[in-house]
Amino acid sequence: MPGDVGFCPMTADPASPSGAVSSPTPRGATNASGLGKAASSGPPTAALRRLPADYWSLVIRPKTGWFDLHLGDLWRYRDLVMLFVRRDFVSQYKQTILGPLWFIIQPLLTTLTFTVIFGNIAQLSTDGLPKILFYLSGITAWSYFADCLTKTSETFNANASIFGKVYFPRLAVPVSIVISNLIRFGIQLGVFLGFYSYFLVRGTAIHPTQALWLMPLLVLLMAALGLGSGIIVSSLTTRYRDLRFLVQFGVQLLMYSTPVVYPLAKVPDHYRWIMVVNPMTSIIETFRHALLGTGVLDWRQLGYTGAATAVLLGAGVLLFNHVEKTFMDTV
Amino acid sequence: MSVVIQVDRLSKQYRFGTVGGKRLVDDVNRWWARLRGKEDPLAKIGSEVNGHKQADSHANPPASGLRPPASDSFWALKDVSFEVKQGEVLGIIGRNGAGKSTLLKILSRVTAPTAGEVRVKGRIASLLEVGTGFNPELTGRENIFLNGAVLGMTKAEIRSRFDEIVSFSEVEQFIDTPVKRYSSGMTVRLAFAVAAHLEPEILIVDEVLAVGDIEFQKKCLGKMKAVAGQGRTVLFVSHNMAAVLGLCPKGALLVAGRLEMLGESSAVVDSYLKHNAAAVEGNGGLAQAANRSGDGRLRLTSFHVESTDGTRLTTILNGMDVVMALGFECRADCASAAMDVGISFASDQGSLLTVFYSSYVNQLFRNLSTGGQFRCVIRRFALAPGTYTVGAKITASGRDVDYPRDPIGQITVEAGNFYGTGSRGFEGRSGFLIEGEWSVAPAGN
Repeated sequence: MPGDVGFCPMTADPASPSGAVSSPTPRGATNASGLGKAASSGPPTAALRRLPADYWSLVIRPKTGWFDLHLGDLWRYRDLVMLFVRRDFVSQYKQTILGPLWFIIQPLLTTLTFTVIFGNIAQLSTDGLPKILFYLSGITAWSYFADCLTKTSETFNANASIFGKVYFPRLAVPVSIVISNLIRFGIQLGVFLGFYSYFLVRGTAIHPTQALWLMPLLVLLMAALGLGSGIIVSSLTTRYRDLRFLVQFGVQLLMYSTPVVYPLAKVPDHYRWIMVVNPMTSIIETFRHALLGTGVLDWRQLGYTGAATAVLLGAGVLLFNHVEKTFMDTV
Repeated sequence: MSVVIQVDRLSKQYRFGTVGGKRLVDDVNRWWARLRGKEDPLAKIGSEVNGHKQADSHANPPASGLRPPASDSFWALKDVSFEVKQGEVLGIIGRNGAGKSTLLKILSRVTAPTAGEVRVKGRIASLLEVGTGFNPELTGRENIFLNGAVLGMTKAEIRSRFDEIVSFSEVEQFIDTPVKRYSSGMTVRLAFAVAAHLEPEILIVDEVLAVGDIEFQKKCLGKMKAVAGQGRTVLFVSHNMAAVLGLCPKGALLVAGRLEMLGESSAVVDSYLKHNAAAVEGNGGLAQAANRSGDGRLRLTSFHVESTDGTRLTTILNGMDVVMALGFECRADCASAAMDVGISFASDQGSLLTVFYSSYVNQLFRNLSTGGQFRCVIRRFALAPGTYTVGAKITASGRDVDYPRDPIGQITVEAGNFYGTGSRGFEGRSGFLIEGEWSVAPAGN
């Protein structure tokens, strides 16, 4: 993304990469004539007294550096994050009687559809696994990521009213979304484990592997990936509304480039690079490997995913932080 | 006394028009055109001048580091500088659009300044809206925690003050019902109760007293006074001059984004009123004032006060007979309409004191010529000493003909000989002087 394009409400010409107001480096005020000078206009002309920089607990400036992150704030507001999680869960739950049941019905119906369409009609391989387990495992994992991505991508737009009234670290909202999605993921995982035990009892050739210990890491990676991409999209949509539509069908298309409805092993070589580039691929594959014993544990792929996630999350946090200061003027 | 807030040449610029509703396609087009050295394909005709200005300013930025504002933007705040010491209660007043809310938004870190700095020592809590973050599905109890956390309290802090909050809000019985079942008054009380127990070092309050009934407003003011009394610093924005004068010893006046005055609050309030009245004068007077409603058949053009012998007055002594003269011009067909002329007086705190329509004394004016003057004789002018703003309205058959929305002038009243006894009557800020007699009767009457 060229320079500061698009995020400075004060530039008269918003889209000129060369004409951005300033590069991200100047940390001080744009008029840097120091403390103690008399106000240039207005009757109260008594000079502001000079005070050492460490006297102040907070300085509000026009532009802070990209790396001025205030992550300590987020920790201080951790109670708020948990209250948001609680609020989201309670208000969803309270709306309908069927509420929590939808968490179960939706993946089951999707699995059924996939089994019929992809498994039976299209006859796609399921890598030797019972179709239901194959699809359900993919859907359970994918849903968590997709949920995190779509919900966090609306952060700025959906919360514009509360953001406009009070300060709290804006990251609290997407982080709370990622945490509250864990509840839904937990329920769906429970459903999966139900089917899993059924098949296990029936003597199917499935077994958990050592990679089971990696499960928490996988969940963490999915959360981070969803969070990172989601907040990038959210930051961009404060300025370009049309990106919201991209997210909606983009996530759908992304699913097809991930081995959710087909096994990676069966993908012909000249297409495989698409899946390999997709960081979710190794998560889904490892998820299946850990629980069902298919395929092999590919550390390099996983490492790539870890790196990609770190980059996306890092870029997302920087961008989000940059946008949160001025988005109220452009949203 | 230590300084807790320093506002240093703070400025905030906003752009008009559809900011943010942009399309990626447009920006990409613009960027591509730039790259090829062509002119901006989406620029409006006539804005090339600005385009050039931008190029210049990029090469030679203005000394202050601020870009020349483009024609489609305005400065909500310009070079505002002031200091606030610990324990001060500062009232910030100004007309709508003067920049008060923008200043508070910047102090609350909801938006960033365009230029300048704000330095703060201590924790700030802002109350820009009552009930921020309230979720209607949650109970009152849950919302107290949520709202408190949003405002910056930790769970432990909220828990320790929970009982006080509930008793202040007077919704004890309903604390466990979902907030969507509350009346609006209950919601507001609960929300304010949470905010009132914030205990930050610096409290910023924006017009939240505009909601709620009189009792509630009194309670809120009382609580804010208590908070201020504990040595906390309070910044208070309001249009309610009585509240400002009652709560804030110091005031700041913002006019069109600039800090016009900072000082003792009654002086600042006076200046505010003068500005309001002057706004009418400044724009070419009442004749040119644009902020008015009515069908405009008749239009008020001037206002002045005279004594009965025709001398123009700037100050009135109570007790004297005065003439309020309203110049007018008749634009369209006034001949047939029966015009009802009304004049009003309001206190310097903004409360309406009295209205006097010509119809009250069975006077309606017909067959008016193209220009003239409505003259209202008021005998034994009965207002107590002070400054008052004057308003006027013309109606015909119940419909507004001309109604200037801003005050048409200001009058100053000083103690005169209302009682005819040589006593000047009450000279403090009161309202009216009334006529009567005192006597004594034995007990039991």
